[in-house]
Amino acid sequence: MTIKQGMKDGIPIALGYHSVSFTFGLMAVAGGLKVWQAVLISAANLTSAGQLAGLDIMLASGSMAEMALAQFIINLRYSLMSIAVSQKADESMTVPARLGIGFGITDEIFALAVGQHETLGRRYMTGLIITPFIGWTLGTLMGAVLGSILPSFVVDALGIALYAMFLAIIIPPVRVDIKVAAVILISAALSCIRYYTPLKGVISSGFTIIIASIAASTVGALLFSKENK
Amino acid sequence: MMDNKLFFTYLIVMAGVTYLVRTVPLLIFRKKIENRFIKSFLFYMPYAVLGSMTFPTIIYSTGDMISGIIGMLVGAVLAFKNKSLMTVAAAACIAALAVKLIMMI
Repeated sequence: MTIKQGMKDGIPIALGYHSVSFTFGLMAVAGGLKVWQAVLISAANLTSAGQLAGLDIMLASGSMAEMALAQFIINLRYSLMSIAVSQKADESMTVPARLGIGFGITDEIFALAVGQHETLGRRYMTGLIITPFIGWTLGTLMGAVLGSILPSFVVDALGIALYAMFLAIIIPPVRVDIKVAAVILISAALSCIRYYTPLKGVISSGFTIIIASIAASTVGALLFSKENK
Repeated sequence: MMDNKLFFTYLIVMAGVTYLVRTVPLLIFRKKIENRFIKSFLFYMPYAVLGSMTFPTIIYSTGDMISGIIGMLVGAVLAFKNKSLMTVAAAACIAALAVKLIMMI
């Protein structure tokens, strides 16, 4: 598959990212960062949850150790995704290619990549990362510059974009595989338990994702193991 | 205002950890995994990650629960009908926006 095909497949992700990173740019500037700083954070990190937590730590003058640990915990799920991508990689994924493509493993890019029936090549993955990267960076720039002009209810409404995209990724497989539905339900239930109990003050949202994901996937793998996948 | 040296130190720590977390596993796990448990685990993992990221946060993502829930329902129905990522995301935003506008009247 070509770089062009990858870039095309990345367009919906880029558009979704654009609205999400718009909010990030807005928040960063409102918090006291300069426009170029907000854009640089997005260009260097390409991750929503990690950047939001990182921004909070910066603005609160947190320690570098806190910054490192928070990023490690919140983004640890990418390690699991990288392992899965590695399983589907073809021989064009050399070490330099992996050093570049590793930068662009995000929830949505990962979901689209592993949803492909074919093996994953360097060119397709590069394309699949470029368009969302542009969307994410441009969205941050626009949010940082224009955010103060838009009415707040519009900005608030855009906040659902990323989560709606998640629905579009997880719901279609549920129709054909009830086991996937069970795994999603377990994970979502664990996340809700943490959210609606005093655990919320104890476990961070990033760590909740890790615990819930590992627990639900383990149950899935033990109870309904895949014959050949 | 944060000085540039401090900003870049934060940026390097933040981006550096994020990059390593993503890239190191991609470099290390190069052989095909044959273990059935691990294969199944990796198959279910992305759905589990997105499940815990989406719920219950999605209903609070727009600043008020009513527009959040309506946006979620619209998105879920369209996702169930196999609409594209962009269609689902746009429809959920428009639904949430419509609810907010109605509530303002």
